[in-house]
Amino acid sequence: MATYQEFIQQNEDRDGVRFSWNLWPSSRLEATRLVVPVSCLFTPLKERPDLPPVQYEPVLCSRANCKAVLNPLCQVDFRAKIWACNFCFQRNPFPPSYAGISDVNQPAELMPQFSTIEYIVQRGPPTPLIFLYVVDTCLEEEDLQALRESLQMSLSLLPPNALVGLITFGRMVQVHELSCEGIAKSYVFRGTKELSAKQIQEMLGLMKPAASGPQGRPVAPQDPSATCRFLQPVHKVDMNLTDLLGELQRDPWPVPQGKRPLRSTGIAMSIAVGLLEGTYPNTGARVMLFTGGPPTQGPGMVVGDELKTPIRSWHDITKDNARHLKKATKYYEALASRAAVNGHSIDIYACALDQTGLLEMKCLSNLTGGHISMGDSFNTSLFKQTFQRVFSKDYNGDFRMAFGGTLEVKTSRELKVSGAIGPCVSLNAKGPCVSENELGVGGTTQWKICGLSPSTTLALYFEVVNQHNAPIPQGGRGAIQFVTQYQHSNTQKRIRVTTIARNWADAQSQIQHIESSFDQEASAVIMARLGVFRAESEDGPDVLRWLDRQLIRLFMFHLRRSPFLQVFNNSPDECSYYRHHFVRQDLTQSLIMIQPILYSYSFHGPPEPVLLDSGSILPDRILLMDTFFQLVIYHGETIAQWRKAGYQEQPEYENFKHLLVAPLDDAQEILQNRFPMPRYIDTEHGGSQARFLLSKVNPSQTHNNLYAWGQETGAPILTDDVSLQVFMDHLKKLAVSSAA
Amino acid sequence: MNVNQQTPMASPYGQPQPGYGQPSYATLGGGYPDPYGPYNGPSTAYQPGAPPQGYSPYASFPSKAVAEIPVSDLSSPLDLGSARGPPTSAPPPVSTPQAYSHYTHGDTQNGPPPMNHPMAQPAHRPPVSQPYSQSAMNLSGPQSSYPQQYGAVPPMQQMTNQMSGMQISSGPPTSAGLGYAPRPSSQPLISNTYLAAAPPSYTQAPPPVSAAPSQPPPPSEPAAPQPYYGGHPALQQQQPFPSSAPLQSQPFPLSAPYSGPPPSSQPQTPPVSQQQSFPPGPPSQQPFPNSASLPGPPPVSYADPHPTQQPFPPRGPPPTSQTGSFPPTSSPPAQYLGPQPPSQPGPPPYLSGPPPRGPMPPSSMSQQQANHLPPGSMQQPPQPGMQGGYPPQQNGAFGQPRGPQPGYGGPQYPMQQNYGAAPAPAPPPPAQKRLDPDSIPSPQASELPAVQKSRHRIDPDAIPSPIQVIEDDRANKSSEPFTTGVRGQAPPLVTTTFQVKDQGNASPRFIRCTAYNMPCTADMAKQSQVPLAAVIKPLATLPPDECPPYMVDHGEGGPIRCNRCKAYMCPYMQFIEGGRRFQCGFCSCVTEVPPHYFQHLDHTGKRVDCYDRPELSLGSYEFVATVDYCKNNKLPQPPSFVFFIDVSYNAVKSGMVNIVCQELKTLLDYLPRENPEVDSAVRVGFVTYNKVLHFYNVKSSLAQPQMMVVSDVSDMFLPLLDGFLVNVNDSRMVIESLLDQIPEMFADTRETETVFGPVIQAGLEALKAADCAGKLFVFHSSLPIAEAPGKLKNREDKKLVGTDKEKALFQPQSGFYSNLSKECVAQGCCVDLFLFPNQYIDVATLAVVPVSTGGSVYKYTYFQAETDRERFLNDLRRDVQKPMGFDAVMRVRTSTGIRATDFFGSFFMSNTTDVELAGLDCDKTVTVEFRHDDKLSEETGALMQCAVLYTSCSGQRRLRVHNMAVNCCSQLADLYRNCETDTIISFFSKYAYRSILNTPTKTVRDTLVNQCAQILACYRKNCASPSSAGQLILPECMKLLPVYLNCVLKSDVLLPGADVSLDDRAYLRQLVSCMDVSESHVFFYPRLLPLVKLDGGSLPMAVRNSEERLSKGGVYILETGLHLFLWVGANAQQELLSNIFGTPTFSQIDPNMTNLPDLDNPFSKRLREIIDSFRSQRSRYMKLMVVKQEDKTELIFKHFLCEDKSASGGASYVDFLCHMHKEIRQLLS
Repeated sequence: MATYQEFIQQNEDRDGVRFSWNLWPSSRLEATRLVVPVSCLFTPLKERPDLPPVQYEPVLCSRANCKAVLNPLCQVDFRAKIWACNFCFQRNPFPPSYAGISDVNQPAELMPQFSTIEYIVQRGPPTPLIFLYVVDTCLEEEDLQALRESLQMSLSLLPPNALVGLITFGRMVQVHELSCEGIAKSYVFRGTKELSAKQIQEMLGLMKPAASGPQGRPVAPQDPSATCRFLQPVHKVDMNLTDLLGELQRDPWPVPQGKRPLRSTGIAMSIAVGLLEGTYPNTGARVMLFTGGPPTQGPGMVVGDELKTPIRSWHDITKDNARHLKKATKYYEALASRAAVNGHSIDIYACALDQTGLLEMKCLSNLTGGHISMGDSFNTSLFKQTFQRVFSKDYNGDFRMAFGGTLEVKTSRELKVSGAIGPCVSLNAKGPCVSENELGVGGTTQWKICGLSPSTTLALYFEVVNQHNAPIPQGGRGAIQFVTQYQHSNTQKRIRVTTIARNWADAQSQIQHIESSFDQEASAVIMARLGVFRAESEDGPDVLRWLDRQLIRLFMFHLRRSPFLQVFNNSPDECSYYRHHFVRQDLTQSLIMIQPILYSYSFHGPPEPVLLDSGSILPDRILLMDTFFQLVIYHGETIAQWRKAGYQEQPEYENFKHLLVAPLDDAQEILQNRFPMPRYIDTEHGGSQARFLLSKVNPSQTHNNLYAWGQETGAPILTDDVSLQVFMDHLKKLAVSSAA
Repeated sequence: MNVNQQTPMASPYGQPQPGYGQPSYATLGGGYPDPYGPYNGPSTAYQPGAPPQGYSPYASFPSKAVAEIPVSDLSSPLDLGSARGPPTSAPPPVSTPQAYSHYTHGDTQNGPPPMNHPMAQPAHRPPVSQPYSQSAMNLSGPQSSYPQQYGAVPPMQQMTNQMSGMQISSGPPTSAGLGYAPRPSSQPLISNTYLAAAPPSYTQAPPPVSAAPSQPPPPSEPAAPQPYYGGHPALQQQQPFPSSAPLQSQPFPLSAPYSGPPPSSQPQTPPVSQQQSFPPGPPSQQPFPNSASLPGPPPVSYADPHPTQQPFPPRGPPPTSQTGSFPPTSSPPAQYLGPQPPSQPGPPPYLSGPPPRGPMPPSSMSQQQANHLPPGSMQQPPQPGMQGGYPPQQNGAFGQPRGPQPGYGGPQYPMQQNYGAAPAPAPPPPAQKRLDPDSIPSPQASELPAVQKSRHRIDPDAIPSPIQVIEDDRANKSSEPFTTGVRGQAPPLVTTTFQVKDQGNASPRFIRCTAYNMPCTADMAKQSQVPLAAVIKPLATLPPDECPPYMVDHGEGGPIRCNRCKAYMCPYMQFIEGGRRFQCGFCSCVTEVPPHYFQHLDHTGKRVDCYDRPELSLGSYEFVATVDYCKNNKLPQPPSFVFFIDVSYNAVKSGMVNIVCQELKTLLDYLPRENPEVDSAVRVGFVTYNKVLHFYNVKSSLAQPQMMVVSDVSDMFLPLLDGFLVNVNDSRMVIESLLDQIPEMFADTRETETVFGPVIQAGLEALKAADCAGKLFVFHSSLPIAEAPGKLKNREDKKLVGTDKEKALFQPQSGFYSNLSKECVAQGCCVDLFLFPNQYIDVATLAVVPVSTGGSVYKYTYFQAETDRERFLNDLRRDVQKPMGFDAVMRVRTSTGIRATDFFGSFFMSNTTDVELAGLDCDKTVTVEFRHDDKLSEETGALMQCAVLYTSCSGQRRLRVHNMAVNCCSQLADLYRNCETDTIISFFSKYAYRSILNTPTKTVRDTLVNQCAQILACYRKNCASPSSAGQLILPECMKLLPVYLNCVLKSDVLLPGADVSLDDRAYLRQLVSCMDVSESHVFFYPRLLPLVKLDGGSLPMAVRNSEERLSKGGVYILETGLHLFLWVGANAQQELLSNIFGTPTFSQIDPNMTNLPDLDNPFSKRLREIIDSFRSQRSRYMKLMVVKQEDKTELIFKHFLCEDKSASGGASYVDFLCHMHKEIRQLLS
């Protein structure tokens, strides 16, 4: 048998699933003792080039509260044409179309290698993708120009039949009508007044005047021309929209000295949501918000327009001094819920040097599966590349995005679902397999994931409910089925079903096995997600303490110092941004986020990973650090001097040139695949940007202990944080004492 | 009813008589009106004694005669005729009409009647156009005519008397009347009184004979009249006469004794004869020679009298009839002479009468006399005549026109003699009747029923005629510039074309007062009930030959003002202490003169630079305002215009949207500017709307306009700033593209609902955002029922009309628009509203904002592109281009003793003194009512200063100042002598139209009638010489009050017909509130012109607004300031039709045409010229409506014939006069 590592890898490749434990403790008590719950990271749309979708409907268990999908784990009686559901043990006849089924003629879903299978189903007319741009016009001209170009460029990336819409906002909110000829027409809303969805639709002229007849006659079908005024197929309005974007003016209202521009982000989003809600409910749609600053008026306002009042900081939040925080957050949460209900996802592209209110607005993306991108300016490659990468395509030429996903989890009897953490909202589907203990978003077996990408990963938590006194027979297996329904970017409706099974193990007798089945990486990420989830809702120190109590592992040191949990040195917006990505990236990326990777390039040998430690910072090395969000190339002191001296230009030092280029090439490789585009930093010893590196490494040498070590290596870190050494010492002491 | 109004004194006579004059004139002859002028002269002559005769000859004469006898009243009674006539006649010579009108005239008339008659008659008759010639021929004949007249006249008078109990001529006239009696016939009403009076007077007449000498003067007048006559369409006069005559005769039937039949024929004839006689007379009359030579001039000087007289001339017609009879009369003249003497005696009484009047109108009298002075010798005689004649004059009031006849008097006298003779036959009865007149009261009661029947019989020609008054005034006052230097001088009527020279008081184009001689005390004011008000048109456009107000810059310190009351430097400031200080004429506070303004005084105490500085020598001027006078202490921005176009289904379908957009493309080049060579500083913006608003970004840098839809109408805001308000030249391409696209974009709209409140709000927000004042042009089509602030519901309920709840329909539905207008005013946002309704649109509510912001409302019901396009476009063009001020505040300061207490017009007031006008254009007037809060002094008079602070169309802040000083009097008679009826009516209408907001309409009508009755009763009681209670005596200058008042009472607003919508009434209500006097005048008493020979530059003389005046064979044009009709008689001559319509057949005339075909013949050209000139005179374009007789559209036309009974139950003039008389009598008893 393969090692657990191979098994884990194989499972991940095939099903996109990584469990914390690959043998499950067979009773609740034992499971509790294991500290790390039975849980998994699940990537619903993991790219499977080798998995051709089947063109028929899945076969469902006929039990009303089960409806599990026929899968390889089911027992099948080929003669009787009956199959037994492995979750509820219901015996179901095959549908007529399976009449030809036999031992040798099995449908795909019964083959073991198809533990993950994708169905293409015909449900209703295909609906085109919808992209609704919501653009802030309170930008500097340079930024606006860059944004215009990016937007115009994006039009060429959209499929011709996709619908596009444009909303611009500043002091007012303008919904642009795209179908009109000759004269550019837009509907304008005041940025301070909250409107209900119905009002918005009325004001946009989307309501059929007669449709509200009291006779309750069926509402007339949406007048296509009415809805199309704002959302038009790209191929029809390409020119129009390009012109429109080209003529996009900066918000014309004067901004007095000492004021921020009035930015009605809240209303703009509410209108975007309302517009889609009224016209294309339950259709895949992407609202893309481009903003260059915090909302300063109306509902959802994050900060007033007085420049003398700075935007809230962690300090203000701690002191409960953030006036608008709760109100705004609540407002955006309500919006996000509405969007989620209708399956629309919301992206936020925020580019500003100061905060833009991501803390308040994050739920827009977090709950709807949208992206968040944060940058300094729209005129940076960080934004441009990120935005472009949103429209990247897969091996089939389809967008790497899916919409309106619903994830349903079915478990065998011994397991119940505690919850999920990821870009999802609960659908409140109660069922027999819902646990009473919630971890993350719980209390349901179904979640809505409005926006999905192949890398979108959820952490799912389970609870073993089997009582200790009712042992599971040896060799018994527990099963979990994930059913993901979604709208593919080519507008097909698809259902992906993943069914996995793990063996039950008796913790007392098989503790060794269980131990060896532990997936450290997965567990780290899973627990980190729990930590982040709690951090969102609880105070920082409490979470740290919880984490310390829960797990003591190497990576935890970095996790504690990561922006996911530690808010020091990070603005609220940055934290929101980091956390947003942390709870959705797959395991590999998540690990990078927790513990950045440091590569060293030197003449001493091939590039090698080195410890993330200040000791690794040496004058004759080039370091490449990847923190997921940043990519730092750090030239050691000597290297930097050489470079300055221009040795690389001299033919005799070509090797030096190669040394210089090597990290750049590696960095480029990372940059090309990473989404969102990381901040790329090229710095050197003593450079101001070196701080990105110095803040990450383990401060084994600080201004306090530098000389105590008496070594010349490494660079001192000016920090009061404890080093790993100290942390570990302390930890050991604690562990011993607590054990005693 | 004794129609004869005895004007208090001569003045009334002179003036009122005119009205009466008509009747009397009739008798007198068409030429009379003019003659009146002369007559006036004659009257003076009469005064000498001749006057009486003159009067007697004319209906008025008799009345005058009667008047004489009766009292001065007689003269006054006739106000119209006798009073005026006499006075005028007397004055005429002098030149000052007033004088004429004054007692002297009356007196002269009365007393002089005989005298006058001879005198005046000759004069008049000559004037009488056709008749005159005849009469002239008849010279001797005229006399004969007189007799006829008498015969005829009596009936007339009697009729009238009996009819309403109204004795046109006062009872007094009866005395003279006897003698006059005959005349009465000719001058129906007058005649009555006259008849009664005449006889006596006749007896007295003899004395008049003495007056006869005075007659000479008349001759001169006659001469004058003659020219007039020539000028005047004799026909017209004649026509009226005949009709009037019969009418009179009818009413008189009661007076039957008078011999109805004779009256008709006689009356007419008499005048003629008189006229005829006049011609001869004039020559004979020495005094007249002057006048004769002056024929033209005299009228002028006579102006007052003339007006009255003028009508008479028209009566030329009578002459025609008379002619026949005249010959005899001519002989009679001689007889008259004989009779005259007797009549003269009458005159003497008149003379005596005059004296009494003297007290009353002493001043006037004196003036008159002064005027008469030239005739000097004449005057004296007249006076005697006056005394005796006063009563007659009063009687004459009606006949007074005859008063003017005084001049005629000369000839008339002879006539009178004739009368005597004629009287003999007819007289007897008349005499009785006249006698009765005094006692008439009793008859009245019994008569009442009869009255009704008989009413018809009152000769419309015998009652005061507006036409006559207008013509007289025009004849007398249009030739010389009106100088404003003399305090308390009443200006010419609004219907008269005249030039103004500013010599220290504001031109009447800026300010017109109801009274130019204010009572000194509140008690007097209360007693008289004459409203004290000024109609102010601060930015009135002046004719090209008058200089607009000069601009004065007092430097950084701003205009120099009184320290206490803050009045601006003006001619009423008295410099003292060598020029170092000045004393305020308003509050008497002494203020230091700033060093930079110091100037030495000359020996008279005037500043040496007095005539170099407009603010020290003129009545109107402008100051440059400093930053202290600006909002927020910031110099203003140039204003902006924002156009709001309704693009709902109805608006598009009617073609309005298309028309507006097309027009705006060119119209934008004509935005108001001060320097024609510089581009207008006014910026423009565009919005279309249905139930949402579409703003347009027309920034010059755009290739295409951008539309921004605001559908959140519940909370209006401006969606864009930059690019909304733009300079036309900069953004021309974009704007044109926009205006081209709007009609296309909405061509297929199916949206029927509209909003309105948010539209105004949007404009307000736009101006706020641009920090400027401006004007919104809103083109709106339907009741705003879409869900939005200011949403309205259809509340038209015909059942409420006439009930106490009716007033609610004139009030806005909610307070929303009132509040909105407050905000608009604060921002200087003026709203002009163009309505295109197809059904109820609730003008009462929609107009709230325009009315409160100084804007205008235009309504085009059932707008159709083809027919209404021109009217709408002309209105729009004018509205866009007209000079106006923005963000204005007006304040009226007055000298201690009176105070501006009430204001009427389109504006908003947040306190009790400041009139705030977001916009003030050149057509808007503000009417101010004054009340006493202390005593005024006769020496200083009453001063008022109207200061308007505004922003010009180029963004300059200015102060326009108008100063006005009027006299003060301690005698009621002086008050009644210096009133202006047109202004009073204008005030009353505005007052009443506002009252209906809070008071049931019926109550408002009653109040109006009551107040007028009180005014007239007060006059009768305090100013008129005693006379029979049965006699209606009107002050000369108010003799048209009843007819005009009746028009107000019958107006659609106060007395709606079934077909008048609530919207129409609300629309008219607000229109009238800011009309100036000339507009309100023609609105209430439309101008009706017969289209006869249209050669030459002058207009044909108007005819009275009565169906009886329309000839089946004629074509008439009628204008009201809002409507323009061309009425085509069924029997109109083919040639006429060909000339006008290009078709000879009546049936082929297209009744739907709105413009006459462009035919190449002089008649057509001239007619179109006339129509164009009418249109250019009015602030709103009048669509021409062709009305064919007996076509169904004729009903609409008839609605404007305001002397007739109206379909909605409004009284005819005659009926109303009777009613009025009754009211007065009730008050007196």
